[in-house]
Amino acid sequence: MQLQDKRLFRKKRPRYGEIAIEWSIRVVSSVSILVIVLIFLFVFREAAGIFNSATEAGSTLQTIEAETAGKSEIHTSDNDDLKPEIYNPDSGIETGEAPPANLLPDLQVATTEASGKSEIHTSDDDDLKPEIYNPDSGEEAVESLISDISDKPLQPSKSIWQNLAGENWQPISEEPKFGVTPLIIGTVKTTFTAIAIAAPLGILAAMYVALFAHRRLREIIKPFIEILAGFPSVVIGFFCLMTVASILQDTFGFDYRLNSIVGGLGLAITVVPIIFTITEDALSAVPKSYREAALALGATEWEAAFRLMLPAAMPGVIAAVLLGIGRAFGETMIALMATGNAPLAEWNLAAPARTLAATIGAEMGEVIWGSTHYGVLFFLGALLFLVSFAINLLTEVFVRRRLAKKFQGS
Amino acid sequence: MRNTNSRNNSWHTWKKRVKGGLAFAITAGSLSLIVAIIAIMIGHFLLRGLPNISWEFLTESPRNNNTEGGIFPAVYGTTLLVLTMTLIGVPVGVATAVFLSEYARYGSRFARTVRFAVNTLAGVPSIVFGLFGVGFFIQFIGAGMDTMLGNDVPVWAHPSLLWAAATLSVLTLPVVIVSVEEALRAVPHELREASLALGATKWQTVWRVALPNSLTGILTGSILAVGRGAGEVAPIIFVGAVYSLPKLPASLSDQFMHLGYHLFVLTTQSPDVEKALPQQYATTVVLLALTFALNFAAVYVRIRIRRKSLG
Amino acid sequence: MRFGFWLVSAALFLTSAMPTPQVIAIKGSDTMVILSQKWAETYTQKTGMQFQVTGGGSGTGFAALINGTTDICSASRPIKPEEIRQLKEKYKSNGVEIRVAKDGISIYLNKRNPTSKLTIRQIGDIYTGKIKNWKDVGGPNMKIVLYGRENNSGTYDFFKEHVLHKQDFDASTQHMPGTAAVVNAIAKDKAGIGFGGAAYAKEIKDAAVATENGAEYVLPTEDNILSGKYPVSRFLYFYVREWPSGDIKKFVDWILGKEGQKVVKEVGYFPLKK
Repeated sequence: MQLQDKRLFRKKRPRYGEIAIEWSIRVVSSVSILVIVLIFLFVFREAAGIFNSATEAGSTLQTIEAETAGKSEIHTSDNDDLKPEIYNPDSGIETGEAPPANLLPDLQVATTEASGKSEIHTSDDDDLKPEIYNPDSGEEAVESLISDISDKPLQPSKSIWQNLAGENWQPISEEPKFGVTPLIIGTVKTTFTAIAIAAPLGILAAMYVALFAHRRLREIIKPFIEILAGFPSVVIGFFCLMTVASILQDTFGFDYRLNSIVGGLGLAITVVPIIFTITEDALSAVPKSYREAALALGATEWEAAFRLMLPAAMPGVIAAVLLGIGRAFGETMIALMATGNAPLAEWNLAAPARTLAATIGAEMGEVIWGSTHYGVLFFLGALLFLVSFAINLLTEVFVRRRLAKKFQGS
Repeated sequence: MRNTNSRNNSWHTWKKRVKGGLAFAITAGSLSLIVAIIAIMIGHFLLRGLPNISWEFLTESPRNNNTEGGIFPAVYGTTLLVLTMTLIGVPVGVATAVFLSEYARYGSRFARTVRFAVNTLAGVPSIVFGLFGVGFFIQFIGAGMDTMLGNDVPVWAHPSLLWAAATLSVLTLPVVIVSVEEALRAVPHELREASLALGATKWQTVWRVALPNSLTGILTGSILAVGRGAGEVAPIIFVGAVYSLPKLPASLSDQFMHLGYHLFVLTTQSPDVEKALPQQYATTVVLLALTFALNFAAVYVRIRIRRKSLG
Repeated sequence: MRFGFWLVSAALFLTSAMPTPQVIAIKGSDTMVILSQKWAETYTQKTGMQFQVTGGGSGTGFAALINGTTDICSASRPIKPEEIRQLKEKYKSNGVEIRVAKDGISIYLNKRNPTSKLTIRQIGDIYTGKIKNWKDVGGPNMKIVLYGRENNSGTYDFFKEHVLHKQDFDASTQHMPGTAAVVNAIAKDKAGIGFGGAAYAKEIKDAAVATENGAEYVLPTEDNILSGKYPVSRFLYFYVREWPSGDIKKFVDWILGKEGQKVVKEVGYFPLKK
């Protein structure tokens, strides 16, 4: 009967619209996958640029830069081209520095061109004498051109891999050094501090809520701590920068006001709710009867909590800590504001640190799109992405499934 | 368990009590510490920020290098940003959630991949989304649009409201998916069966039964996403936010001021940090109020859903 | 619900299709962002012209100029040849340089720090890590804490070139995201040293700087900077892609005129002419 009805219904109006909608839902739901693939593609593509051109250009960073900049034209002959026109030539007179006497003849041509134009525009200025303006910046441009471009390809430098493995992060330099080591050390340092603070706090608090607290308290406390997760990280960064840093320095007398402990503390504030929530969920998922049985058998509360419930919920706890690490690892604003951002390659927690994420956040705005520095920043982003991907894979494969198995009894 | 038992026999009762009490004390202590930190932070900001909030502060543009005036453009920019983000992100999130809970066969490979992708997305650092925004939205889609439309001056291939919203909508996608799916799963199966039994098609059931009954979930998801998106600064630093823009954004290709970024600017780039302190605290309070109000709303709606599904 | 969807998409279409009023975008130097903003504010009040001001660093500004995302690049250092080359490739233009103000780079010290005089050489040695204690420059026995700017700033470049003579900063230099952050950090850190635009120096003190040992120590005052006596001073620039015309020309001419230069003084920088 029912079947017949359906058939009749369908015969009357074939629902092409619905089929289309259902297919589009299917397609749209793959957006998440698509985004992951796209992140992979685009972030890695930009990062891969540094390796590709490195091999093509004889493994020297400087050559790449010169090439991307000017496709290795004859450098010296177009010096005069690489000088901006100057709109207000008279201002140069006020400089303390002496005007350069050795101007290239071409430069003067450009000068008169520029000054000719300026006459039109600043005609109200009667005392303007275009001939005597100080092409100060022109001289500088020539000078830095010679040092920046002509010299560089002559000095064969380390390969990009050696450069990345170095201990110095000096991206703006005569010889740019993109050593990732200090950044990784900085990231690990701050992440470690954050987890060392947040994990015990979060787990213990979750144990209290799951094991001891009254149900009503639990219903209030959980959303309250989730509020902490809603704290914008820039606010926490601000709090650490202005308040926490001063308090800690006054109390412990750190040499550096901003250091990885201050940063780690800030990160811990964002990580605590993650660890708390997941641990609490895992603990609540352990059947109540376990604990009751243990207590009935004469175990103490301590034993029931730390020897029974916690181990039983361990996969969930590990997942919580892993996800916490993932969050602390990639947090940008707090690290940018509170760690001091010095690319130091030392493990001292009381010294400043510069994290991978903060480096991207600070320098990405600056780079010229397509330059080596740009590629290296994408490389750092790729590193971050890979680590977060690995962490998720780890929680997925080893933890979530085991947790599901354990309590579903399959 | 055996281990626990044998030990237990050899222990004195008072030791038990002390240890039991200790477990209680340590865990309760940790919880109070967390609660105290939250309370101190909120109190600190409220105490210092509230006195500086006035009607003018909320409705005026910054003046005199951000040391005077208000933050209206930032509030407006943030609102516009999260609205656009919701318009882009929520439909995609809802569709994905509908697929996962209504259409996907349990344990199908595609569904598992989608789920894995969603989880991965939730764990990707926000700054990476910023890079993605530059690499994909601006330099690929935006540049492509400019080429297609024949723009000489880049209109789309530069940081803008649209790309910032798109970036954030990708970032908040997991939030939407998870809450909508939770809500869809809370809709009793009997309802769907009844609908199907009455001759409705699958899609009619989803559209007229499952979705309306999980409207609150969609709401929670959107609110949570908005709360998250409003507070995120890192990904939008280089895909759209500006230091100062007294004019309100009028088009999707405009750049905008953002509350969170404004706070960052105030703390690190204002000409006179001490003079700007009141502005900093007031901005913080507004930002906190915005995100908290949203989070509270979401928590409230979610509790109601849970009650409904339980009762 | 369906209606709402159409409404929303219609609204979206309308907003994106609406002609946008002309806005001049200024992007670049953090040092200059307060100046650019003040100029923009004053000029807006006068003419109603709208501006969008963004900091981020001079490098950011040049990158934006090259990428076509800003009209004016504000910079605290001159344009680099690579940047001109890129500009040329894209727009067949070398760019136009406009000097808009002068600035002295102050060396910031904490008010409680008894040291107040430094030579350029000492500053260079401090920042390259050769001098690590204040007692080596006549101060108390206290470890020197270095604060600097992010490497996207013109101040960073300028300092590196003219004070460090192109040597790299010591790795322990804390890179702050803005000059205000440097000032703020030093105001709170007795052992700190930092550098940045003279306009920012509030709640801290400036060091008197000498070119070499035995030379006169000079404070970054207006007279000293305008006369060139203060050794670490520089121009501040605007860069545009093509020769100024229309609204941009009006704005630039206004900046170079009396009113614009008055704003320079108000903000704490130094006008081009006395």
